[in-house]
Amino acid sequence: MLIYTLKRLLQAIPTLLIVITISFFLMRVAPGGPFDGERQLPPEIEANLMAAYHLDEPLPMQYLRYMGNLLQGDFGPSFKYKDFTVTELIAQGFPVSLEIGGLAILLALIVGLPLGIAAALKRNSTVDYVVMGTALTGIAVPNFVLAPIFALVFGVLLGWLPAGGWNGGALPNLVLPVVALSIQQIAYIARMMRASMIEVLGSHFIRTARAKGLSESEVIWRHAIRPALLPVMSYLGPAIAGIVTGSVVIEQIFGIPGIGRYFVQGALNRDYTLVMGTVVFYGILIVVMNLIVDLLYSALDPQIRYDD
Amino acid sequence: MTQSLLEIDKLSVTFQLPTGPVTAVKDVSFTIAEGETLALVGESGSGKSVTSTAAMRLLPELAETTGAIRFNGENLLEVTPKRMRRVRGNDISMIFQEPMTSLNPLHRIGRQIGEVLEKHKQLKGRENRERVLALLEQVGIPEPERRIDSYPYELSGGQRQRVMIAMALACEPKLLIADEPTTALDVTVQAQILDLLKSLQAQYGMAILFITHDLSIVRHFADSVCVMRYGEVVETGRTLEVFDDPKHDYTRMLLDAIPRGRKEPAPADAPVLLSGRDVKVRFSLKKRLFGKDDYFEAVRGIDLSVRRGETLGIVGESGSGKSTLGRALLRLLQSTGDIRFEQSDLQALDKSGMRPLRSRLQVVFQDPFGSLSPRMTVGEVISEGLKVHHPEMNRRQRDAEVVKALEEVALDPAMRNRYPHEFSGGQRQRIAIARALILKPELLLLDEPTSALDRSVQVRVIDLLRDLQKKHGLTYLFISHDLSVVRALSDHVLVMKEGQVIEQGPSEALFTQPREPYTQALLKAAFLEEETVAA
Amino acid sequence: MTSDSKPYSGEQANAAPLPAGGPNPPRSPEPETSAQAAPAGESLARDAWRRLSQNRAAMASLGLLVAIILVCIVGPWLLPWGLAEVDWNAFGTGPTLENAHYLGTDANGRDLLTRVLYGGRISLSVALVASFVSLLIGVLYGAISGYLGGRVDNLMMRFVDIMYSLPFMFLVILLMVVFGRNIFLIYAAIGAVEWLDMARIVRGQTLALKRREYIEAAHALGVRDSKIVTRHLIPNAIGPVIIYVTLTVPKVILLESFLSFLGLGVQEPLTSWGVLISEGVDMMESSPWMLLVPSAFLAMTLFCLNFLGDGLRDALDPKTR
Repeated sequence: MLIYTLKRLLQAIPTLLIVITISFFLMRVAPGGPFDGERQLPPEIEANLMAAYHLDEPLPMQYLRYMGNLLQGDFGPSFKYKDFTVTELIAQGFPVSLEIGGLAILLALIVGLPLGIAAALKRNSTVDYVVMGTALTGIAVPNFVLAPIFALVFGVLLGWLPAGGWNGGALPNLVLPVVALSIQQIAYIARMMRASMIEVLGSHFIRTARAKGLSESEVIWRHAIRPALLPVMSYLGPAIAGIVTGSVVIEQIFGIPGIGRYFVQGALNRDYTLVMGTVVFYGILIVVMNLIVDLLYSALDPQIRYDD
Repeated sequence: MTQSLLEIDKLSVTFQLPTGPVTAVKDVSFTIAEGETLALVGESGSGKSVTSTAAMRLLPELAETTGAIRFNGENLLEVTPKRMRRVRGNDISMIFQEPMTSLNPLHRIGRQIGEVLEKHKQLKGRENRERVLALLEQVGIPEPERRIDSYPYELSGGQRQRVMIAMALACEPKLLIADEPTTALDVTVQAQILDLLKSLQAQYGMAILFITHDLSIVRHFADSVCVMRYGEVVETGRTLEVFDDPKHDYTRMLLDAIPRGRKEPAPADAPVLLSGRDVKVRFSLKKRLFGKDDYFEAVRGIDLSVRRGETLGIVGESGSGKSTLGRALLRLLQSTGDIRFEQSDLQALDKSGMRPLRSRLQVVFQDPFGSLSPRMTVGEVISEGLKVHHPEMNRRQRDAEVVKALEEVALDPAMRNRYPHEFSGGQRQRIAIARALILKPELLLLDEPTSALDRSVQVRVIDLLRDLQKKHGLTYLFISHDLSVVRALSDHVLVMKEGQVIEQGPSEALFTQPREPYTQALLKAAFLEEETVAA
Repeated sequence: MTSDSKPYSGEQANAAPLPAGGPNPPRSPEPETSAQAAPAGESLARDAWRRLSQNRAAMASLGLLVAIILVCIVGPWLLPWGLAEVDWNAFGTGPTLENAHYLGTDANGRDLLTRVLYGGRISLSVALVASFVSLLIGVLYGAISGYLGGRVDNLMMRFVDIMYSLPFMFLVILLMVVFGRNIFLIYAAIGAVEWLDMARIVRGQTLALKRREYIEAAHALGVRDSKIVTRHLIPNAIGPVIIYVTLTVPKVILLESFLSFLGLGVQEPLTSWGVLISEGVDMMESSPWMLLVPSAFLAMTLFCLNFLGDGLRDALDPKTR
């Protein structure tokens, strides 16, 4: 188990290297430097600045230096938020994003799984049609449409909940962003759970369980749910990536100070170091989440061997 | 006569499908006495499994059941679901055809067996575990102390079926329903499982409802027999009476559907057509990016030769490497060693060098559903080889050849514009034979050509193969696990196990005086019926 | 073959010409149609189409989709307003029948319907081009990897695995930031993201098909590799590919709208549904139609594509065959 985890971590290294390398060189070919724009700097000051940020060194040196700093958790200075390093900005934003994202994935599972199971058990009934119809709508309406409509209806028109802002993470401020972020994943998870549940219910070992004289609820709880969860578990990786991506717009729409917002602001302001830092950070995050999902999966399925 | 334990009375089952109702079982009646074994016999689609599943009330909801199923006088079709659950696994239990998928892959086998005891006998904890251990011991699982904590994937097919049996016997039921319990297993394992069931029956005194398509098992195993066709019972009676004096034409036909006769030997001076020396095939199991791959030797150095007009039977259980050997001989797989077809050294030829020979070396595969491309019409399938080997032919000439080939395999040529999915298994196999024959080959590799077919269809396909061999002077490489078929068709037989030849020799000699214990075990397991037929 | 405990699986559902239940009446020769002039059989494609056309939801979606596409192509020529044409008499008016602003105007007095239709052209063209790019790369990559097998396959799939774990969305955004917003870049970038799944599916198909006995039989007949690929592999792998394409198209549309929404998509004077939605969000309180109209077009298109994909899967899935 431990060896498997280490192995997976080792395998993640090339992925991260690629992310870092691509972002590093993309940044360097980007037109314009970090210090042009606002006002023309005298050449000697610009040269000093370039030297201070080591931008006068040859590219390979800069690359190695950046890698070295990264290893120490240093993403470099932000070009636009002059008083902050990228690391500081990420450290500020991440807890906020994590809270929103974590709650959203939790909500997606708590709502999506039972809906899928219910639809599968009542296959071809009204319940099934309603759940699956709603799920399809959930997939068809993107979160960046849903979020503003939520904000408009529940925030502005009805005035039940704040239409935006963070307010230190107060519960009312959380509801709309979390719901908007999770709806699409709820829909996907419900659909997958239904499909895999139907498949499991038709399998031979469920017939065996019934032939043993188990009641329908024992058959479902003891024998059907766990195997049906397996394919949904393997979808969790992409689901988390989807939530992370979605959080970028959601934070933008609701004005939440998470890393998603820094990312978008950075992209629009051409704050290269900030964008690159967030991309690398997201890369690490997704790789780590995938690893966790895989470990969870192997805990559910005894047939996974750790030596592969 | 003993009191009847299970009485099926005018049972009918109708499935309400979106396309309309389909009656799978119609007015079926039979009884089983305590301790008796009744075999329910029929070919695929006869409704035998539906009948037995109905007895447990395990059919899907869209099935409508009428009639009565009386167990100890109680009509199971009328009892509450709760009462029915007390019966399942406790009074009546069931084992299935699919040992590989009938156990929950995520639970340890000890828990799966223990669950029944907990449900019906309220046995918990230590007591439960001890009883499970005793059961595992009884069904012949080695090292039960260790195996009790295994997951199903760690067991072989035969062992899984033993676990299923342990589960079924846990509550000492009065009736065991065994639905083709040995069909998916190798013959030697099959014999062991049947022996086990017999000895356990003697021990527990339970009745067995045994569903099978295999008459050779019935004769040795069942007290009485009930023959089904198209959802109806055509004949029932004591096994010996039915076998000795079948009343119904269909029963007679089933009993006759055993490949009979022996092949006329090829002339002794016929030249050798195909020979192999030290043929080896290995597959890489795990590919490594760097370094050496792990290999598995499927065929470990085999010598053989077939003379023109002969049939060489290659026999073995699953995983013995027999199919791999066949494919290697036709250069469908990479191999090492020497392979000669007449004078040509096949190993020395490249793809295009091989091509002219391809029309002389043809092949028919096992799976009648997988061996025809589903997107081509039958005519296109059959004529594909002509396009390769006779590019000079125009469409009309090719069509004429297709008609001839279809007539030769006794199919209506008018069907050549249809697609494979519109044909039955036996018909597809005939199409596959036509595809090979149209090239006028000299050697035909037959890889389990009849294994996927019902017995009655099987016999007709074998007759066809035999006629074709006589008519065209064909040479056959006949691969099969079915010894009765091999015996009826072959001059020479090669017995394979784990990639090696265990024994070989002229067919008659090998079947009457096998030397190796493995061959003897194979014959004993397979030829249950032969001894009695001969008697 | 099929276990007879489930008579509803497969055979009866489909094989109309055969008598239900027992395809092999014994004694008599196997069932054969009477000898008339060769009747044409039903090909799988036609069979699938027949089943799809029985699926009312899928057919309705197909109809609506075709309508949306036609309106987007033809509509802008029929409407009196141009894409960037400003009506000085109508700033931010709601939907009305007067002035021919059927769905209202935006804050700059530009006709919303006209803009939505032009935006639809862009969104749909991105969907088309990017899906095609992903199809092309994915099918080629997957088929080569699966057909060659062995070490090459191993390496090629390792590469796909690594690509998979990249935070692609973010790299695309980075790309847009660095190279500026450009519609061709969007085509290429989205196509390059979406080919991974396609490659995996096609590879899986190829591997499975390679082991099919009819492919082996074709080898035994001496059919050339190139013919095996074109005559046997591709026609039989096409079902899952079609299903997957119908799933890719909505994903691509969504991705483009997402980028546009963030302000990283197409640039003025061009517009797309994502851009319009993003503009609509800003004006949501005063002119809600600016959000609702493009959102409705986008959602409707995605909805139809998903329904159609579901229908196609049911019609083509070998499991229901």
